[in-house]
Amino acid sequence: MREFDVQLLTDAVRRMAAQSNQILSPDVYAGLVRARESEDGLTAQSILDDILRNADLAAGKAMPICQDTGMALVFLQVGRDIHFQGDPYEAIQEGVRQAYEENYLRKSIVKDPLRRINTGDNTPAMIYTELIAGNQVKVSFAAKGFGSENMSQLAMLKPADGVEGVKRFILKAAREAGPNACPPIVIGVGIGGNFDKSALLAKQALMRPLDVRNCDPFYAALEDELLEQVNNSGIGPMGLGGRTSALAVSIEVLPTHIAGLPVAVNINCHATRHAEEVL
Amino acid sequence: MIKKVNTPLNEESARSLRIGDRVLLSGTVYTARDAGHERLYNALLRGEDLPFPLQGAVIFYVGPSPAKPGSVIGSAGPTTSYRMDSYTPMLLEHGLKGMIGKGQRNEEVKAAIKEFGAVYFAAVGGAGALLAERITDAKIIAFEDLGTEALRQLEVVDFPLIVAGDAEGRDLYIEGPEEYRAQHEIDADNYGGQLQ
Repeated sequence: MREFDVQLLTDAVRRMAAQSNQILSPDVYAGLVRARESEDGLTAQSILDDILRNADLAAGKAMPICQDTGMALVFLQVGRDIHFQGDPYEAIQEGVRQAYEENYLRKSIVKDPLRRINTGDNTPAMIYTELIAGNQVKVSFAAKGFGSENMSQLAMLKPADGVEGVKRFILKAAREAGPNACPPIVIGVGIGGNFDKSALLAKQALMRPLDVRNCDPFYAALEDELLEQVNNSGIGPMGLGGRTSALAVSIEVLPTHIAGLPVAVNINCHATRHAEEVL
Repeated sequence: MIKKVNTPLNEESARSLRIGDRVLLSGTVYTARDAGHERLYNALLRGEDLPFPLQGAVIFYVGPSPAKPGSVIGSAGPTTSYRMDSYTPMLLEHGLKGMIGKGQRNEEVKAAIKEFGAVYFAAVGGAGALLAERITDAKIIAFEDLGTEALRQLEVVDFPLIVAGDAEGRDLYIEGPEEYRAQHEIDADNYGGQLQ
């Protein structure tokens, strides 16, 4: 049993929230550079140039890449041999509180969905916990903007809809997201599980580095096919026309019920902000 | 082509802009987003004066991140425009001439842009640090209680924009992707169906 001081969590979240909001992760930056090279239209080229210059500027000046510094998401994978000294959830909230205040990040969270009073410190973060083997804690952080979150969709398809039905639904979601989700977008897909697990899978798919494909060749091929079809839409950077509508499609799957085929599509913008640490 | 445009906009200059034009905008613009629009709209319904002159005004849909000490403003990119659509036609009727945001507008907004001779500009979403560089002054003029959503008066210099909706009723969010597909000979079967 390892004794684990929750202050480590506060410090890690504080670091990752600052870093991910100011420095575009290398996988996303490389994807945008490739996108710029593939465009032949002036509007699309100039938009991608601006997006890359913005990333350089934000990193250089320690400014947020985007003013929507997101809802803080924290994925915790806790080794079974960990004993926390203190409350890990409150430690995470404290890390978010400190990072958003110290780094002049925007506080975008309201306390109640209908009465809408800002909490003033960007808490609460949404926290997802999973138990794993060992005595380490893996922490993944994402700053999730809502321009793209608002464009996400979920469907309870019939088993008879099959792979074609799944493809149609994913393409429909990407099409309807159009310019609103700040393309080139990243598309996270969850297939299987049940209603809520499919949505969680879609979100977890967004945490995967953009250059990593699903380890099952069947789903890796589906990811490639969908990415090509989304890019054939011509939506392009910021939706004003061009080749790069999406940087990646990432699919995660789970077993499901004989009567069901849940599919969730969670969408991220080109400022896909994620970071990971092992403690 | 790149056009230099100054605010306030008059109807003639708004009507002269065409979708796809790249614009460098200079002068005063006002910020408002969801909650600010609700208040402006209700003030107009009640026949009250607004906190700024709407005639010829340009509104930027933005909720900036906080300014660091010594900075004018934090990151300041556009938010998605459709959430303001239900308030926009009335603002256009009362003299608003330009909007800066991102994403498609509904038919009512497009019709009002055409009727009153206005223009809808797209700024690059997620380029908040880059756009902040072109903002030389920012002050809160109303609705301070709304925090990031407070109504601000900004001074901008060569603010980089693309005309996305023009007074002829054209929409670059429709025509841009269509043109790409036509140029690359992509038919509907190859991207999962019609876009609209």
